[in-house]
Amino acid sequence: MSILADKKTRVVVQGVTGKEGTFHALACREYGTKVVAGVTPGKGGIVHEGIPVFDTVTESVTKEGANTSLIFVPPAFAADAILEAADAGIRVVVCITEGIPTLDMVKVGRVLQGRETRLIGPNCPGIISPGKAKVGIMPGHIHRPGRVGVVSRSGTLTYEAVGQLTARGIGQSTCVGIGGDPIIGTTFVDALRLFQADPETEAILMIGEIGGTAEEDAAAFVKAHVTKPVVGFICGQTAPPGRRMGHAGAIISGGTGTAAEKMAAMRKAGITVVKSPAMMGEAVTRLLPSAPAGPRVSRGGVSARPGSSRKTGPARVAGRGARGKGRTTAQPDARVRKAKRR
Amino acid sequence: MKIHEYQAKMILADFGVPVPRGRVADTPAAAGAIAQELGGTVVVKAQIHAGGRGKGGGVKLAKSPQEAEQVAAQILGMMLRTHQTGPEGQKVKRVLVEEGMDIRQELYLGIVIDRKVGLPVIMASSAGGMEIEEVARTRPEAIVKVHVEPATGVQGFHTRKLGFGLGLTGTLLKDAAAFVATLYRAFEAKDCSLAEINPLVITGDGRLLALDAKMNFDDNALSRHPEIQALRDLDEESPLEVEASRFNLNYIKLDGTVGCMVNGAGLAMATMDIIKLAGGEPANFLDVGGGASAEQIENAFRILISDRNVRAVLINIFGGILRCDRLAEGVIKAVKALGVRLPIVIRMEGTNVELGQRMLAESGLNFITAQGMKDGAEKAVRAARGA
Repeated sequence: MSILADKKTRVVVQGVTGKEGTFHALACREYGTKVVAGVTPGKGGIVHEGIPVFDTVTESVTKEGANTSLIFVPPAFAADAILEAADAGIRVVVCITEGIPTLDMVKVGRVLQGRETRLIGPNCPGIISPGKAKVGIMPGHIHRPGRVGVVSRSGTLTYEAVGQLTARGIGQSTCVGIGGDPIIGTTFVDALRLFQADPETEAILMIGEIGGTAEEDAAAFVKAHVTKPVVGFICGQTAPPGRRMGHAGAIISGGTGTAAEKMAAMRKAGITVVKSPAMMGEAVTRLLPSAPAGPRVSRGGVSARPGSSRKTGPARVAGRGARGKGRTTAQPDARVRKAKRR
Repeated sequence: MKIHEYQAKMILADFGVPVPRGRVADTPAAAGAIAQELGGTVVVKAQIHAGGRGKGGGVKLAKSPQEAEQVAAQILGMMLRTHQTGPEGQKVKRVLVEEGMDIRQELYLGIVIDRKVGLPVIMASSAGGMEIEEVARTRPEAIVKVHVEPATGVQGFHTRKLGFGLGLTGTLLKDAAAFVATLYRAFEAKDCSLAEINPLVITGDGRLLALDAKMNFDDNALSRHPEIQALRDLDEESPLEVEASRFNLNYIKLDGTVGCMVNGAGLAMATMDIIKLAGGEPANFLDVGGGASAEQIENAFRILISDRNVRAVLINIFGGILRCDRLAEGVIKAVKALGVRLPIVIRMEGTNVELGQRMLAESGLNFITAQGMKDGAEKAVRAARGA
């Protein structure tokens, strides 16, 4: 099934006529994603590289049935773009833009609370469900359809992890880059909840970073709610203290935020934590239930994991939007597998 | 971005936050003149960005203008070492000369963004002074916190919770409410990442005053605050880091011998980690970003190798938007232009990797290629040892 993006995904690219917007809109389309519209205020009515352009996101929804947005607008206008997408009823908003002022994101975060719209990012590589849809800037050709869910705060380190998996013949259900900013729309916990509820995902790889307490929260969630095997890595184990985290951050978290603390919390929650970034793929291989890839729902491979309770994921997740319904077949799309390099 | 105490106090005074009378000086004579003008006992405070100045000998009392001139002469030009400066210390170029205060009580007040909740949080504690981090670790309950909704801002219940939490009553309670609301206004208006008053003091005559002030700003919001950008003090930053920021490169100098050049912050940190696991020490953190040009790669290379401790270079690139052929082009150009003699280990993966590798092989230069991060780190560490 995958999460957040699939064959039903219909993408509107906000900022489609810009250099980056154009490049990635085409790369997503080339991968097989349905890029149905673009938005650039003032340029509505033109057709850009075969993509119809509108002045507003609402028009892209009513006229082209867009349900997912991919944002490339400059940081000063990105908060506006996210809010416009939410207002237009877009379900999944992926914001690639780096450098949005934190207080802008605080306000956006409050407005989105309780709404149907899910924001991914900002400052993230986006999401990809290999063989189905790529809504982001990651190189599509390194991915392959499969059973491992990947969630990460970083961009290229995620490509590294995916590269290791694919090299071992292990495919991915969905890869979610949640972004490296202090305020983000979708957290590790949100992504883990979705992966736990997704029957096609059989193991999860989570890649964290120093700073904040998101990984500790994720560990607590895994312990209470995740029955699938989870492999974790935290980068920044050797980063000098104080360079990125201010005093006040340390005050508010009561001293948490170091790689050592995060890794300990994750281990305690039953997550298999690797010390070396070169070991991510290998660790997943060892934990993955050994049956061949395919549309199978199994909890058989999980029993070896100590310390995790047997609860199934919250039911409301599966009902979220139209994504939870139907469709069990997940045959890799041959056309996509051979996707060309850029 | 960080600024000095005297700059923070000027901003806060503009908003109406009460601060001690005082001015900044860059010569002993000027410090003496300010002391003369203020009259009575003054405090002479070294202006560097790092905290812990008092313990390091950067804050001194003076009872007369002559004494103020003397202590200013001691402090100005000194290499002030605190737990935040590193062993070599930071050179003091300015002192803040302020009226001495009769202090009845020291409190703590700070505002930051709480990432977990996604809102600004105001924190106050009656345990003010120098060891607030210690309080947070050992007695978190001694810190009162309120989260502020951006739509409504600071409300009466926020300031009451903080004021009563600090044990204040009467006029002080009212003054504290106004103080908190004003500090929050400044925090929001200037896009701060931190606004901290430590200590916030109650004077002998019952006034609230910001005895110290620290403001950090959200780098992402600086473009809408040219007045804050103008306060940047390049003397406080490492010259190589300043140079790197001119080319939009994210560089942090470290103490090891393996220089590294990576695309993406996460992969850059992971590369540092794996160098350490291979038994070496990274010389730097360097993220060339997602869409680096050949020219930027060249600049990155120049900055990287101008660190004299570097004995070998590890280039670890996972090509997505940054294509491997473009990277190879930049590296070859840089090595030729700069006449680099250091061993260079290159690990490339992703978009156009075959083309990039062919370019490196045909360049006539002596690159060491690596398969995977582990192999790259091991080869770089070995090369740095001269083996």
